[in-house]
Amino acid sequence: MSQKHLQSIHVSHYKHTAGCATEVMPIPDVVKISMSQHIGAPCKPLVQKGDYVKVGQLLGDTDAFVSAPIHSSVSGTVTGIEEQRSASGGNDTLVVIETDKKQEIYEGIEVPTANDLPEFVKAIRASGLVGLGGASFPTHIKFNPKNIDDVHTLIVNAAECEPFITSDHRLMLEDAEDLIAGCQLVMKYIGLDEGFIGIEENKMDAIEHLDKLLAEKGITNIKTFKLQARYPKGAERVLVYEITGKTMNAGVLPADLGIILSNVTTIAFVGQYFRTGMPLIQKRMTVDGDAVATPKNVMAPIGAMINDVIGFCGGYKQEPRKILMGGPMMGRAIFSDEMPIVKNNNAILAFSKAQSMVKEETACINCGRCHNACPFKLLPTALAAAYERRDAQELSDLKVMQCMECGSCSYICPARRPLGFMNKLGKAVVKEAGIK
Amino acid sequence: MEKKTYSNLVVSSAPHIVTNLDTSRTMAMVILALVPSLLVSIWVFGFRALILTVVCIAASMFFEWVYNKLMKKTQTVGDLSAALTGMLIAFNVPSGLPFWIAIVGCFVAIIVVKQLFGGIGKNIVNPAITARIVLFISFATEMTTWPVPNPLHADAATGATPLGILAEGGGELPSNMMMFLGVIGGSMGEVSAIALLIGGLFLIWKKIISPIIPACFIGTVFVFAFIYYAATGDGSALNMAVFHVLAGGVMLGAFFMATDYVTTPLLPLGKVIFGVGCGLLTMIIRLFGQYPEGVSFSILIMNCLTPLIEDFCQKRMYGGAKNEK
Repeated sequence: MSQKHLQSIHVSHYKHTAGCATEVMPIPDVVKISMSQHIGAPCKPLVQKGDYVKVGQLLGDTDAFVSAPIHSSVSGTVTGIEEQRSASGGNDTLVVIETDKKQEIYEGIEVPTANDLPEFVKAIRASGLVGLGGASFPTHIKFNPKNIDDVHTLIVNAAECEPFITSDHRLMLEDAEDLIAGCQLVMKYIGLDEGFIGIEENKMDAIEHLDKLLAEKGITNIKTFKLQARYPKGAERVLVYEITGKTMNAGVLPADLGIILSNVTTIAFVGQYFRTGMPLIQKRMTVDGDAVATPKNVMAPIGAMINDVIGFCGGYKQEPRKILMGGPMMGRAIFSDEMPIVKNNNAILAFSKAQSMVKEETACINCGRCHNACPFKLLPTALAAAYERRDAQELSDLKVMQCMECGSCSYICPARRPLGFMNKLGKAVVKEAGIK
Repeated sequence: MEKKTYSNLVVSSAPHIVTNLDTSRTMAMVILALVPSLLVSIWVFGFRALILTVVCIAASMFFEWVYNKLMKKTQTVGDLSAALTGMLIAFNVPSGLPFWIAIVGCFVAIIVVKQLFGGIGKNIVNPAITARIVLFISFATEMTTWPVPNPLHADAATGATPLGILAEGGGELPSNMMMFLGVIGGSMGEVSAIALLIGGLFLIWKKIISPIIPACFIGTVFVFAFIYYAATGDGSALNMAVFHVLAGGVMLGAFFMATDYVTTPLLPLGKVIFGVGCGLLTMIIRLFGQYPEGVSFSILIMNCLTPLIEDFCQKRMYGGAKNEK
C-alpha cells in the first residue's frame, strides 16, 4: 500500500520500560483528588471534611456542559478541601482523603447498560471519562457529534510517538480484550462502519497481538494500522492524514471529516467500564527518567502524590531537577513533586541536572531544518522573526494558527532556539489582535 | 520512612529534549568533509598547503575571539564557524600565498564581512568568498601565482591553471582525468574534484546540506558549456562541458560555499534559483568576461540577491495553497 506521509523527525525512542509489565501501586496513606482534571469547568466538591467515602463514589460534579465528574479512587475519610497551585499556574481544588486501605467498593457501582446513543453518552459521562491521551476533553461530548449521521470511521490513536512512554504499549498487550470491546461499543452506538487502531511500527508485538485477537474473534471491520515510528505520528491531525489521507486544518474537528478519533486508553476504558462499572479512578503510567531508581509501568490511583508514585519505583537515585507530566516532547514540567496524579497522566519522568538544563540559545544560521521538520511545512524562522516584532498580521499570514506545538522545530534546531514555544506565544499575539 | 520532597524544580517549555546536532557539530561535519580535499592538496602542493590551512584557521579564530572580547559579546569561537571560514579561505588561495596576505584575508572575512554585520547568522555575503575576491583584486600578482602541481617533490616552479590556459593560451589543457584527481594548478583546495565530491556527498548523506544547490549549480555549468561549445563547434562539446565542471572552483563552490546556510535561500525553490543563477553567472564570466574564473563572483552576486529570492519564494508559499499540509 502506498501511503503518503507528512514530514516528521527521528527522535530517539528511549522506550526502556516496554518490557515492564504494569505493577499495581499499593494505596498510599493520603490521596489528593483534583476537581479540575478535564478541559472545561472545574467540578464542585460534593463531600465535606469528615465524610467517609468509598471506592468509586462521586466526589465532585458540575452542571457545566464541558466537564466530567470525579470519583474517589480509595476508601477513607475526607480530611479537608485544599487549594493548591496547579501545574498550569492556576488554582486547583483538591479533596484530601486519608485512606483506610480497605478499598471498600461504593454500593452504587453497577455495570451500565445502554440501549441507544443517548444512554451510552450518559453512561460515558457518569464514568468520568476524558480524553486520556493528554487533552482531557470530556469524552461524552466527543462521542455525541452534531453531525452524527456523517461520521463513519473510528480512529484509535495508539501511536505513542512520545519518547520514554510505554503505557499504551503495555495496555495493548495486557488489556487488548477491553480495547477491542471498547472499539465495538463505540462503533455500535455511534454507528461507525470501520475502525483503525494506529500503532507505530516499533510496537510490532502489540500489532501482532491485536491482529491475532481480532482474527480469533472474526472481527473484520476493525484493523490495526502500522505507522512509521517517527515523531509526531500520534498528533491528531497527522494521524488522520496518515490513515485516511484527509487534510485536517487547525480548528477542524475530526467529526467534520466523518471521524471519531480517540486515544487507545480512552477506548479501552470504555470496554472496561461496560465490563465492571467502575468509574475512572486509576491510571496506567510510565515512570522513567535518569533520576528514577527503578523505571516501571505503574497502575496508580488517581490522586496519589507524584513522589509517592516515584517512591513505589524505588524513589530517586539522584536529585531530580526536572519532573515532567507526560513525554519529553510535549509534556509539562512541574515545579514540585507534591502534586497529585490526574486522569490524563500517562507518564511521570524525572530527570537529573544533566538532562534538565535548558541549552543556551545561539543565533539562527538559517539552516532550514525547522522547516524540513514541520509536519505542516510552516516556516518557524520567519514565524519567530514575526513574533519578535509582534507582527500579528505577518504571523497570521504565515499560518501560525496551523501550528500544533509538536515541538519538532525546537527539537531539531542546532541553535537551540525555542521555536515551538515562540509559535505558542505568536498564536496569543494573533488572538489578541483579533485577526480571523 | 522519611519522605523528601522537591519543590524547586526547573520549569521550561516543551520539548525537554533536543537533538545532539548543534551548530558546532554542524560546522565540524563540514570541516571533516573538507579533509579529503586537504589531503589531496598536501599531496599535490606539499606541506605548505597544510601550514597555510593551519595559519588561516588560527587567524580566523583569533579575529573572532578578539572581536567578541573587545565588543564584550558572547564568545562564539567555539561554534567552529570561524574555523570553517579560515579553512575555506586557505582552500581559495594559491598554496604559495605569503602568510601575511592570507591573514589579511581572514581579517576581511571575520571582522569586516561577518562581525561588523552582526556575527554568525547575520552576514549578508559569504565571508570566505568575499575575502578571496578582496585578496584577488588587492594582490593580483600573488593571488595568481600558481605553484605547479608536483606530487613527488615540491619545487618552486609556477604555472597556469587550466582555466588560465583556456582563456589566454600558453600551454596544453590537462586531461579531464588529471583534473578529476586534482593534479592541476589552481587554488589550494579546489583542484581535486573527486575529493570535493566525496566530501560533498558525505554532507548530503548526513543531511547537513541539501543536494539542490550543488545539483543546480553544476548542472547549469554543464548544460551551458555543452550548448556553448556545441553551438560554436569549438572542440568536443561533451569534453568541454566536463572540463568546465571540473575546472576552477565549481566543485568547491557548489558543495561548500554556495551551500552556506546563512547566505543562501532556505526554501527549495529559492535553492533552485540560487543554484541555477550561480551556474549561469559562472559560465558568463568564464566565457565572455575578463577573468578566466567566475565562481566566486557568481556566488557573491547570488548572496546579494538571496534576500530578494527568499522574499519571492516566501510570498509564493503563503499566497498559494490554502492548506499547508
